[in-house]
Amino acid sequence: MAKENNIIVYCEFEDGKVADVSLELLTKGRQLADKLGVRLEAVVAGDHLDKIEDQIFPYGVDTIYKAEDSRLYPYTSLPHSSLLINLFREIKPQIAFMGATSIGRDLGPRVSSCLHSGLTADCTSLEIGDHTDPKTGKSYENLLYQIRPAFGGNIVATIVNPDCRPQMATVREGVMKREVRDSNYKGEIVDLDVNKYVRPEDFCVEIIDRHVEKSKVNLKGSPIVVAGGYGVGSKENFDLLYQLAETLGAEVGASRAAVDAGWADHDRQIGQTGVTVRPKLYIACGISGQIQHIAGMQESSIIISVNSDPEAPINTIADYVITGRIEDVLPKLIKYYKKNSK
Amino acid sequence: MSLNIIVLAKQVPDTRNVGKDAMKEDGTINRAVLPAIFNPEDLNALEQALKLKDMYPGSRITILTMGPGRAAEIVREGLYRGADGGIVLSDRAFAGSDTLATSYALSAAVRKIGDYDIIIGGRQAIDGDTAQVGPQIAEKLGLPQVTYAEEILSAEDGKVVVRRRIESGVETVKAPMPLVITVNGSADACRPRNAKALQKYKYAAAPSEIAADEERKAFIAARPYLSIGEWSAAHVEADLGQCGLAGSPTKVKAIENVVFTAKEARRLDNDDSQLEQLIKELIANHTIG
Repeated sequence: MAKENNIIVYCEFEDGKVADVSLELLTKGRQLADKLGVRLEAVVAGDHLDKIEDQIFPYGVDTIYKAEDSRLYPYTSLPHSSLLINLFREIKPQIAFMGATSIGRDLGPRVSSCLHSGLTADCTSLEIGDHTDPKTGKSYENLLYQIRPAFGGNIVATIVNPDCRPQMATVREGVMKREVRDSNYKGEIVDLDVNKYVRPEDFCVEIIDRHVEKSKVNLKGSPIVVAGGYGVGSKENFDLLYQLAETLGAEVGASRAAVDAGWADHDRQIGQTGVTVRPKLYIACGISGQIQHIAGMQESSIIISVNSDPEAPINTIADYVITGRIEDVLPKLIKYYKKNSK
Repeated sequence: MSLNIIVLAKQVPDTRNVGKDAMKEDGTINRAVLPAIFNPEDLNALEQALKLKDMYPGSRITILTMGPGRAAEIVREGLYRGADGGIVLSDRAFAGSDTLATSYALSAAVRKIGDYDIIIGGRQAIDGDTAQVGPQIAEKLGLPQVTYAEEILSAEDGKVVVRRRIESGVETVKAPMPLVITVNGSADACRPRNAKALQKYKYAAAPSEIAADEERKAFIAARPYLSIGEWSAAHVEADLGQCGLAGSPTKVKAIENVVFTAKEARRLDNDDSQLEQLIKELIANHTIG
């Protein structure tokens, strides 16, 4: 198989664990690599990488480029940018993915600027397809369709990079599904000589303090989500959501408006600029249903909308619409659940 | 020690509250009814610049915005809040720019300004939400970058100390100047307009805004601080091949309006027996419990 023209995923990790978003991108990358008949590759840069491949190969990765150097962890912009820029010049991938995280969104633009390759942020769907330039009539085969919401989520745009490589895209955590290809899959490991890719002056930014706490909120993995919007009305009413969630064994989520109002922390935000969830049951409380929010929860199996406005836009995608005030309806749901469950 | 600070700001349609009146009958957005606003995170960036000016008296803040002539409104808003001057980068050649072509044009303008210690802007603009222009400008100028900044703690001895907001945590970094900083929405909100500055700058204008107004032109000519710079591609010596559509590697293939498939919902009221029935059903089909 050719060394060039493959698909590569930049893998992030924290505490020796590869980030979910990177594994989700590997899953998508494997599908697209199969379609194109090319190899799936991964690049990982940092410290203590000895067993990291065990987490990466099962996703169907053919080559892992490892850049091991204590100076590469924690992440800083310039060394990681130089590494990718010089690696991409060498192996000429046709497609490169990274997570739409504080790392990927810092790194991707820098790399794309230097290589003059297009980058599309926060894609919600990635497909392979053909394209004909409407002006020149020139046609292209097997381009990456980078599909993303734009204009505050009110439209969806399909973006292509006809002439520049790699075609780069970032994707948020939870948007793509994660699936192991074969737990015994093995590829090759290429150890990179970091000093060949990174200049000493790239290490000019010093991290003097770092506090990372594991998020206690597991919205993505929760089968039931109770989410609140601006219509909840107050922090006190929001407490009712926590009570309902506790009763049902659910996690609490929020719309952007509720986060902006200070009723919920940012890591509970659901929607295009937050987390995407697909629970068995989604209970939307006082959420009007801005497109940005719906995009992050519309794949829920069952949606219940509790809203005093019978015409709230979210009601059009709900399975059950309860017209009433949060402070009236939620205590009753709690009461009847307790009464009827074993 | 005083600093030269360039604040990157963008005039954007307010996409956060696209209400029913902004939707046309065919489901497309009527952009004309959306108010044009100062991009929210750019205001957070301006506040960080103003704080630096408080900390280091004599510092100078220049607003740089790219857009049509009416984007001079953004410069005026900056002046009302404490900036010292501003430039509108405006040229038909920039139309259709993707993030790379935009950062190329802005980096050319920054080069033209020449004297700078800190270039600061919002993390992203609400009409695109890409967060790409800041890092791309940094790359084009060969400068370090600090993204997701929440507070600039100091700017001394050629180095800034910045606290940045990353996933579920914070990081404090020390980086050499000159550099590019992008500011997160979790940073302090921008101070309001200053009444004195408002009086001083309310007649500030860019040349194209007052092209037909000889009286105003003469008024501003006598008061250079009221003159908002207006630069074209030629002014900043931009290579037209890297501007606008020609300089954009990404092309928009298709645009679709977002339409969600409506379901037939079962409607309930805040009625005890209806709610109890619902709970019983959800337990029976193992959705809950």
